Amino acid sequence: MPLFDQLYNFAHWLAQDRAEAEDLVQETYVKALRGFSSFQAGTNFRAWMYRILRNSFLSSRTGLKATVAFDETDQEVAVQTDRATPENILLREADREMMQRALAELPVHFREILLLCEVEEMSYQEISETLTIPAGTVMSRLSRARKALRRILQKTIAGKP
Amino acid sequence: MACEAWHAKLDLYVDGELGPAEARALAVHLRECAACAADALERVQMKRATAVAGKRYEPSVALRAKIAKQIAPRPRSAFSRAWTIIAIPALLVLIASVAVNSYVRRERTQRQRVYSELADLHVAALASATPVDVISTDRHTVKPWFQGRIPFTFNLPELQGTDFTLVGGRVTYLAQTPGAHLIYQLRKHEISVFIFQERESEVVASAPMNVLSFNVENWSQNGLHYFVLGDASTGDIEALSRLLKNAG
Repeated sequence: MPLFDQLYNFAHWLAQDRAEAEDLVQETYVKALRGFSSFQAGTNFRAWMYRILRNSFLSSRTGLKATVAFDETDQEVAVQTDRATPENILLREADREMMQRALAELPVHFREILLLCEVEEMSYQEISETLTIPAGTVMSRLSRARKALRRILQKTIAGKP
Repeated sequence: MACEAWHAKLDLYVDGELGPAEARALAVHLRECAACAADALERVQMKRATAVAGKRYEPSVALRAKIAKQIAPRPRSAFSRAWTIIAIPALLVLIASVAVNSYVRRERTQRQRVYSELADLHVAALASATPVDVISTDRHTVKPWFQGRIPFTFNLPELQGTDFTLVGGRVTYLAQTPGAHLIYQLRKHEISVFIFQERESEVVASAPMNVLSFNVENWSQNGLHYFVLGDASTGDIEALSRLLKNAG
């Protein structure tokens, strides 16, 4: 099961809970095997597996709570941030743990797109297939997710004693 | 194109999503514009930090065993068996192809990560008030300086009759491993040569390539791994690499 470790990591980030993540991964493999006939040869297998996992999450109780009405345009205002603190200063201050806390603090639609892009190193096309959103939305959502992450890091560092 | 227009494309550039022509044009702009180059470097660092932080959770062995058991083929009806005969091998082929792709991707990612780190070291050294700790154009001064500072030794080439000048050296670290960082000058270009002990986890030797607008060549020789990186042309990087290979 080559995607096993990656799918588990992604599931745990989404659910923020070990038991729920384990259930999600299990459900994903069972659904993949059962619904294998729906997989179209020549399309992206990895995106298909992640899509099953994500759909399972979205229909779970935690997923439903985490993704209450999300409007792409509304988020723009919320994540506006200045670039007064360059990343090199941010990153010097932000250790791995702080970065993990910031990622966990992000709304789930920002967290998942950052994980798919930075951790899974998916192309925009693959992300578009996984999240079933247009490529243009991938670009804009990624940009907003990065700004939101910066904002949380800035806030954390500013609040440090 | 103005800086602002390029600025909007930096995310696409660091994500490898720009078309070849635009990526080349942006690379040229980055060589000329320090502000955009610094911004691109910062975005790469942020990506790397997110990637490191994002690899956080590991599944238990028990979960793996449980799922493997659950999806393993079981005796079924003739119809189910026929379905399984078709689906399972196909799924295995797909999983195998994903495994191969993942390996290739991991290898490429590992190489890019090492190159990005070396590019950072190169830029940081040149931006420093003291780029080198031993300042000398004499290889017989620079090489002995590393004795006792790094756990290996290496040979440096004779530069007489070439356009290259040795500026000096410093001790550096890549993935917590000490190594030698030498700086050479060619006309107005400064070129970094990094030498580390070869390790299994290190990147495999590859053809010269372009990383963040720097040209890089790397190879293994006598248990050491060499990286030559700079903004000089590919030909110049190759020429210095040849001199080092002949000396090694």
